[in-house]
Amino acid sequence: MRPLTLRRLLLQCLLLTVLLFFVVVVALKFGAVPVSLYALARDLLRVIFGQSSQISSDYGLIIQNIRLPRIILGIIVGASLSVAGTSFQALLRNPLADPYVLGVSSGAALGAILGLIAEPHLTLAPAFAGLLTPLCAFLGAAATIAAVYFLGRREGQIDSTTLLLGGVITASFLSALIMFLMSIVTSSNTRGMAFWLMGNLSTSFQKSVYWFLAAGFFVASGAIYTTANDLNLLLAGEKEAMHLGVDVRRVRLVVYVAASFLTGLAVSVSGAVGYVGLIVPHIMRFIFGSDHRTLLPTAALGGAIAVVVADTLARTVVAPNEIAVGAVTAIVGAPLFIYLLRRRLA
Amino acid sequence: MSSPAFARNPSESSRLGNEPRLGVEQVSYAYSANPAQAPLFTLEATSFQARPGEIVAILGPNASGKSTLLQIIAGALQPLSGRVLLNGFVVHSLSPRTRAQRIAMVQQESRLLFPARAWEFVLQGRHAHGRSLRFETTDDVLIAKNALTQVGAAELSDRWMDQISGGEKQRVILARALAQQPLLLLLDEPTLHLDIAAQVGLLDALRRLAAENRYTVVIVTHELNLAAEYADQVVLMQRGRCLRVGPPASIYQRELLEQVFQTPLSVEFASNGRPRVTVLSGT
Repeated sequence: MRPLTLRRLLLQCLLLTVLLFFVVVVALKFGAVPVSLYALARDLLRVIFGQSSQISSDYGLIIQNIRLPRIILGIIVGASLSVAGTSFQALLRNPLADPYVLGVSSGAALGAILGLIAEPHLTLAPAFAGLLTPLCAFLGAAATIAAVYFLGRREGQIDSTTLLLGGVITASFLSALIMFLMSIVTSSNTRGMAFWLMGNLSTSFQKSVYWFLAAGFFVASGAIYTTANDLNLLLAGEKEAMHLGVDVRRVRLVVYVAASFLTGLAVSVSGAVGYVGLIVPHIMRFIFGSDHRTLLPTAALGGAIAVVVADTLARTVVAPNEIAVGAVTAIVGAPLFIYLLRRRLA
Repeated sequence: MSSPAFARNPSESSRLGNEPRLGVEQVSYAYSANPAQAPLFTLEATSFQARPGEIVAILGPNASGKSTLLQIIAGALQPLSGRVLLNGFVVHSLSPRTRAQRIAMVQQESRLLFPARAWEFVLQGRHAHGRSLRFETTDDVLIAKNALTQVGAAELSDRWMDQISGGEKQRVILARALAQQPLLLLLDEPTLHLDIAAQVGLLDALRRLAAENRYTVVIVTHELNLAAEYADQVVLMQRGRCLRVGPPASIYQRELLEQVFQTPLSVEFASNGRPRVTVLSGT
């Protein structure tokens, strides 16, 4: 017997944090202005420890104001999607669940677009106006996952194939609605169709947005993490979990709301980046096991690493042009999805 | 009362505690797919009591309401009327956590979504005894190890749950229930997919555990001879009605069982005073 200890959990997280740091340094290096890796690592540490005023070199501006915000966005988006995917997999008892595959990301995107369209017509306090888009994205995500859940039920039980099919069809339907909306609305601030359907991290935001994203991520993930032990038992089935002392209704509500919120958060700033919530939890489960006390934090860090790497590829492979980060994750993720599906059917 | 030496005393009145621990009082239930329609299934008012260390078998053919009754006792289903008392507390008013500290359920095994090792599975039984977000203590590990040893499955500890036999799996599931340190142990058809050796092994273990740990045990089964051999009390069910409650010797009457199970059979009494049923085929 080797039950999980806090020490082992922290070690695993430390390992991934170090890896994330190196990935960030490498990602910072790629771009039009050449910078040495050593200088980047040194200056990044200065930024982390609040001594950014000591960065004297002229590339500091590029690093801090252009490349770093995009990477931070990638970290938050990746971590959010990955935690949301892990949660949906446990909640729906389906290892193939993912915000993108189930149409939840499309629902969030549609919500966000509606929010952006409505915003100029509403008289909102400036502080609240910025929150309208993520709020609408959250509502879109929550409504979609509820719809897919009921589509996936047959005779009172969730049927995993029906659920996936229902999700894919919902995603397709919502994407069509997004295309329709984007073609009739000629507003400058709704970003592009490709942004919402495929996802990309090129938008830059005000500094306060990043703080809001980070706070939202920690609150929602923290809420899910309080149910980590319950999620382990839920994997065996709701009835069994209940007999072992899990308040199934409460756990379902917490995870449902928090995971929808995370999806809405990520989609409102990056569009529908797919498959991160599917691939990363599977890799982490393979390496660290399926205990959610480990899985949730390692999936968050792994998701951050995956999206930063994918975005670096998206920026550099066809430089000076860019491809959508969602295209990169889909090229890797879709075949893996097929593989997991085939293995499951076998 | 709970010392093992005393518990093994063969005298019936001292082997079993005198105070009832479990009280099922006029419990009824109705199930309908649609509230406007007549119920598809009803359980008529059923009552019985059980003391610490006692094994009760809920016996009946398929669709007699056995499992429904067990789910009500477990607190998973809300009865239409009546109540279930455990040490004086109404089971349905307890929180899931408190309930799981007192009642353990062994169900027909369900499929795990992701693989787990036997010890991980048994440690799940400790869930209700700690806060939701926490790490297992050395006490938890000790209790889980002990539970595996008690069911004779210590050597399975590091095996994967999907790579052990049905009988071994049933033992591990029982060990998880023991790790809950319950007052009441409920088992739904625990011998269903087991061969005869594994059946006897499991039930012998259960009888020993009930005596040593003072569990009140309720088993749902349709196996006439296993109930006759192991139960102190039998609750005989047919089509949602409780026909009789009593010790096997008073329940096992040929005409009654033939009528309930719709099969010609004969009843003899073995030297230990327990009835044996033989099914008469081809008549």
